[in-house]
Amino acid sequence: MAGPVSLSPSRRAWQRFRRNRLGFASLVIFVTLVVLSLFAEVLSNDKPLLVRYEGSFYFPIVRDYPETTFGGDFHTPTDYLDPFVKEQLAREGNWAIYPPNPYGPKTLNYFASQPNPAAPSGENFFGTDDRGRDLLAQLVYGFRVSVLFGLALTAIGVVVGVITGAVQGFFGGKTDLAFQRFIEIWGSMPELYLLIIFSAVFAPSVALLLILLSLFGWMGLSDYVRAEFLRNRQMDYVRAARALGVGNGRLMWKHILPNSMVPVVTFLPFRMSAAILALTALDFLGLGVPPGTPSLGELLNQGKANLDAWWISISTFAVLTVTLLLLTFMGDALRDALDPRKAGL
Amino acid sequence: MKELLEVRNLGVAFGAKQVVHGVDFRIAEGEKLALVGESGSGKTVTALALLGLVQNATVTGSARLANVRPEGRTVDLLQLPERELLGIRGDDIAMIFQEPMTALNPLFTVGDQVAEVLELKQALTRRQAWDAAVEALAATGIPDPRRRAHSFPHQLSGGQRQRAMIAMALASRPRLLLADEPTTALDVTLRAQILGLLDDLQRQTGMAVLLITHDLNLVRKFADRVAVMENGHLVEEGAVDAVFTGPRHAYTRKLIDSRPVRDVEEGGAVAPEVMQARRLQVAYPIPIPGVRGWFRRGEFIAVQGADFAIPARRTLGVVGESGSGKSTLALAALGLVPHRGSLAVVNRRWEKRGAANRPIRRQVQVVFQDPFSSLSPRMTVEEIVGEGLLVHEPGMPVADRRARVQAQLAEVGLTDAQFPGLLDRYPHEFSGGQRQRLAIARALIVGPQLLVLDEPTSALDVTIQKQVLGLLQRLQREKGLAYLLITHDVDVIRAMAHEVLVMKDGEVLESGPVERVLGQPAHDYTRALVAAAA
Repeated sequence: MAGPVSLSPSRRAWQRFRRNRLGFASLVIFVTLVVLSLFAEVLSNDKPLLVRYEGSFYFPIVRDYPETTFGGDFHTPTDYLDPFVKEQLAREGNWAIYPPNPYGPKTLNYFASQPNPAAPSGENFFGTDDRGRDLLAQLVYGFRVSVLFGLALTAIGVVVGVITGAVQGFFGGKTDLAFQRFIEIWGSMPELYLLIIFSAVFAPSVALLLILLSLFGWMGLSDYVRAEFLRNRQMDYVRAARALGVGNGRLMWKHILPNSMVPVVTFLPFRMSAAILALTALDFLGLGVPPGTPSLGELLNQGKANLDAWWISISTFAVLTVTLLLLTFMGDALRDALDPRKAGL
Repeated sequence: MKELLEVRNLGVAFGAKQVVHGVDFRIAEGEKLALVGESGSGKTVTALALLGLVQNATVTGSARLANVRPEGRTVDLLQLPERELLGIRGDDIAMIFQEPMTALNPLFTVGDQVAEVLELKQALTRRQAWDAAVEALAATGIPDPRRRAHSFPHQLSGGQRQRAMIAMALASRPRLLLADEPTTALDVTLRAQILGLLDDLQRQTGMAVLLITHDLNLVRKFADRVAVMENGHLVEEGAVDAVFTGPRHAYTRKLIDSRPVRDVEEGGAVAPEVMQARRLQVAYPIPIPGVRGWFRRGEFIAVQGADFAIPARRTLGVVGESGSGKSTLALAALGLVPHRGSLAVVNRRWEKRGAANRPIRRQVQVVFQDPFSSLSPRMTVEEIVGEGLLVHEPGMPVADRRARVQAQLAEVGLTDAQFPGLLDRYPHEFSGGQRQRLAIARALIVGPQLLVLDEPTSALDVTIQKQVLGLLQRLQREKGLAYLLITHDVDVIRAMAHEVLVMKDGEVLESGPVERVLGQPAHDYTRALVAAAA
């Protein structure tokens, strides 16, 4: 018997997960990367974070200032990469704090010293792509888009999959039969063709992609949840709760669902890596996010088009591989942690 | 008698967990030794370790097997390389398992499986092996063995499957048979037959048998000597008569003493009836093969025409083998499956829709067989036991509910003093008997008048079974509960029931007061049941 404090099964699973060093380290690294990418504007931006100019403070990162503010001639927003502006800000008494990487995802450096695509240098740490955009900035923002997209797609898939699976498994019979036939028909629709058609009809956007991929993404999980519900609904604890007069809603939510979450949780990292891969593949084919959005798939495509610019394909490949590997390690550790055969350890 | 196997200081450990602690025993040629203990006592692991069949375990000690064929040398089974062990398994030492359905390969006919052993071990040709297999099956008393040899395991009945497995084990005439709970998965009337068969075969072949069991009746009928295991230690060993008449170790005494004791109110029932059933019938829809099945469904009648009444303070025992419809009867009494005929609980009938039944649900509660599946592993003790109050008295303040839960737990013998932080614990921290107490507390907290007990003790060890039955008897006396007790165990019926219903294949064969039905059974089947339990 354990000490006075009793651990719930999920807490014990978490402890087993923590004991898997590779998986836990992957989780820590992944979460750190995601949190950092959420602050990408501070890390990689073409605007200074803070400017001190002739006695007053300016915050270019949150507000646009016309170039006239800093002694220029134009009323257009200031281009802080312009050597004239840099010079103005470097004068006696003036200063500016730049982000570690002074480029945004769409920044074109009109004053670059090398032709595009430029190899890695002091000016661009990872080089530039064939349009002259900084590669590091692209990767940081592209990673953020990919991960957020993966998270959103996974979350929607899980919610829809769990609800539909729960309804099928719990009620069984005709409900189950009807749903299963619907899934068979729905699942046999050619997903890729639909995506091509829709991307031709509608203006491509991340939201549209999310909706289209979600329409098909819930089915796999739904089957697992259905199987779990079918199994668990005839367990004695469910029967005992029925005999107590517990209603259907509470039975599903409180009794069966918590005992049916193992496949859902186990698949989370794998589903996420699949979502990221799907987005990358669609971008690579040009069916994904609208042009101009930083995207790993588009970078891969550029890498393919510019084989001599090795820095594009290698760095993008590295980012993708590391992301997917981290997710896979987490998934492995999670699967081991939730393995019922190891539940006693 | 010549020594066959001498086990010395056998230890088995899984990682840091030692499950068998230095066990010593010996078996002579042709001797029947029974290894007795409760679940988790390490008796099965001991047997498996002899054959090198426990995976991921560290096995220490020695097990010297004499006269190994062909040269007749003596080997230490625990030191033998895997290749040589392969030769001994199924040849010098064979094993039969508890569950014949999973121990036989479903994709091969039983004849094939017996013949395979003979081909491997005795280098017979296919045809010779097949003929020998048919003979081996015939020796186990399978009717029409020539035809049955072509059957797949699922085409045989449970008893026939166990016979086929015995035929397989004995095919190469082993000198030692390890029988791991060979009759536990079988119905009681079959157990006697299989045991008789093993006894006959043992006499004919002169092999030694190591019988692993928790059932003392079996030991008394079958074995020459008995070894008692507790928590991985061998606590007592001796001739069966000597151990049963004069057990030396306290644990052995407890085991022998574990037969349930009758301690219930006797006398005619005066109290009002809590449940009445007249011509109660339960049927399940089953698919019909062929085109007709597209439009209609067949019906399987699980219970046909049961009549009974249960007065307060009394127990109605329903006894029968698996498939007799007794568990279906329990579900019908709980209003969990639709039924025909009349079934009244405190003069109210079950309605079709759930919400209308809530008042009756309070009156009838249930305790299931398996304490491991009857408690949700992800709810705390407080949530599990308090749930009934949440449903039936939703307005109750949290503190009151907590107090009621605590009082109810104390009533079934679970207190905070024993288990600090009891209410916040999860079921996995409790043993089988304690879980069954939790299940009883969950049922009682809503104040029912009738408790349906579906095999409440058959998943428990004998010593625990006695305690739980004692608790149920006390609760009946104190609270005036009526019980509908479903069981296959005549001993439990004898200890608990006032009236008995004997069921077979959905039909009620016999019913009446317990003394009459068990004392002077009118039906052959009842006689067989009573005889098997004696």
